[in-house]
Amino acid sequence: MPTVEYKGKTFNVDEDGFIDSFDNWCPEWVEYVKESEGIQELTEEHWKVIHMLQDYYKKHGIAPMVRILTKVTGFKLKKIYELFPSGPGKGACKMAGLPKPTGCV
Amino acid sequence: MADVPKPEELAKIDHTPPETPWMETPTVFKDGMWCYGAKPQNLEAVGMPNPREWSPKDEDWKLPDDWKEIVLDGMKDRLGRFRSFKLFMDICVRCGACADKCHYFIGSGDPKNMPVLRAELLRSVYRKNFTLGGKLFKKVAGARDLTMDVFKEWWYYFFQCSECRRCSVFCPYGIDTAEITMMGRELINLLGCNIDWIQAPVANCYRTGNHLGIQPHAYVSMIEFFCDEIEDVTGVRVNPTFNRKGAEILFITPSGDVFADPGTYTAMGYLMLFHYLESMGLDITWSTYASEGGNFGFFTSHEMAKRLNAKMYAEAKRLGVKWILGGECGHMWRVVHQYMDTFNGPPDFLEEPVSPITGTKFEHAKSTKMVHICEFTADLIRHNKLKLDPSRNDNLVVTYHDSCNPSRGMGFFEEPRYIIKNVCNNFYEMPSNTIREETFCCGSGAGLNAGENLELRMRGGFPRANAVKHVHEKHGVNMLACICAIDRAALPTLMDYWVPDVEVTGVHELVGNALILDGEKKRTTDLRGEPLPGMEDIEDEDL
Repeated sequence: MPTVEYKGKTFNVDEDGFIDSFDNWCPEWVEYVKESEGIQELTEEHWKVIHMLQDYYKKHGIAPMVRILTKVTGFKLKKIYELFPSGPGKGACKMAGLPKPTGCV
Repeated sequence: MADVPKPEELAKIDHTPPETPWMETPTVFKDGMWCYGAKPQNLEAVGMPNPREWSPKDEDWKLPDDWKEIVLDGMKDRLGRFRSFKLFMDICVRCGACADKCHYFIGSGDPKNMPVLRAELLRSVYRKNFTLGGKLFKKVAGARDLTMDVFKEWWYYFFQCSECRRCSVFCPYGIDTAEITMMGRELINLLGCNIDWIQAPVANCYRTGNHLGIQPHAYVSMIEFFCDEIEDVTGVRVNPTFNRKGAEILFITPSGDVFADPGTYTAMGYLMLFHYLESMGLDITWSTYASEGGNFGFFTSHEMAKRLNAKMYAEAKRLGVKWILGGECGHMWRVVHQYMDTFNGPPDFLEEPVSPITGTKFEHAKSTKMVHICEFTADLIRHNKLKLDPSRNDNLVVTYHDSCNPSRGMGFFEEPRYIIKNVCNNFYEMPSNTIREETFCCGSGAGLNAGENLELRMRGGFPRANAVKHVHEKHGVNMLACICAIDRAALPTLMDYWVPDVEVTGVHELVGNALILDGEKKRTTDLRGEPLPGMEDIEDEDL
């Protein structure tokens, strides 16, 4: 499994750069993904999305469906893409340390 | 992940074969055309062999020393167990009728995607090891040794076949090329070389009952979210039940419907239909255990398909239902229709399905005791049991994509069309050689709907997209209806790429839009929350 070194931390990641386990998530990971995703500055709106994703994941063991994400945060999908150019899955979930959903998705 | 070329670049497809004979043309792994390898924890979860960290890009795939023996023994075993496999290895006359019927060949121009040649990749090894002619005359007889390059070539091309079986429709011998791919994949899995996009859902499904790994409490909360959404649109609260013992019918649908857009709107359609029928005598329950209609085990091996399928009858028995209603899924219906009865049946604890609303006996389901929701709904419409307002779908101009498995796997053509024509006013068919039994695959079936192989998906989906483009330009089609969760996940990406103004829907989303619920408020939007043109002004005009 490939690893990423960032600010003294080592992360195991999969082929798409998702962290191997939510347990290994830390604020440095957010910094790292911010840089690799080319996001200029993390705003409160970014954190609102990240916290929503993490809270949902802790409770349900899976990322929320996009419709729940948009309803709870009040951000339309377009806005989520503005905040996270790679989208809710490959951008926001990655930053929040959630695994990729698989199957008929 | 490789960048996908722009559509105008990808559309320049060269069908000129290489000058070298196929056995001498090396297979080069092109980024964007293959999927990541199975992760060790996902192999371990179901006790599959050779769990390890590996990548198909690596030179060394970390196979056991006796890998060749394992594969050839596996082949011998399957030639004995599956008469179809033996027959299909022997009888092809290489007439080429299938050659240009494969969507992956049409979209890629790679001759090894001609079904005849894809099968020949396996046949050549079969001849060398299991036929006298091949042993004696070797290459002259189309035989070759199993080498690591050959094994990797199998891997590359058996994960570039979506088991859609369009080629089989044109084969004068009726060779089922999907079954050849299935055998190829079984052999590949003997060495732990599945793709992770299949293996992860298999592991999840074994653990939680569904591909996405949705646990029971999360499953319930997702459905409750849909109930809230339905209430927002209609003013009516629907109250589904879960794992309810003594219910008459168990409902099983792909987990994609409860998680991924636009399948989620189809799930809302199911919920609304069930609510509508409740007062008419429908007694139905959802299950958080049999929470998956699909079966990615089917893309892995017969044994895995059987294992993952078992929960359907197990749950039906546990709850004591009379029969099972199944949702809009593709390959689920090939498994149900052609395998389940002998995999895990006969389900003698169930009864021959009878619609509690119309009294119709679904005689064709006498053996499996499982009815497709489109059959169920079409029967309701036929008996005038549903109050429908098709004008609520007037913002849509609809065409219908026959999902490969329901169409070619169970001859399922009329019911979805009958429903659509009753719930929509604008419906146009795509050209006849691209629908019904000749339907073109979405390009992402059989577990190939990953992100990293997007070029393959866009190439394979090109013939389907081309047919959609035709009706989009000719009739203004803006909605592509289908009855498969992989379709609903894959086709939006395909449409964005090739025909950007067309969206994707399940059939029961359209039903949900048209269905008039008792006590509902005036609908001003469709289930997606999109305003319904004209609907907001009607009352004002009446005044």
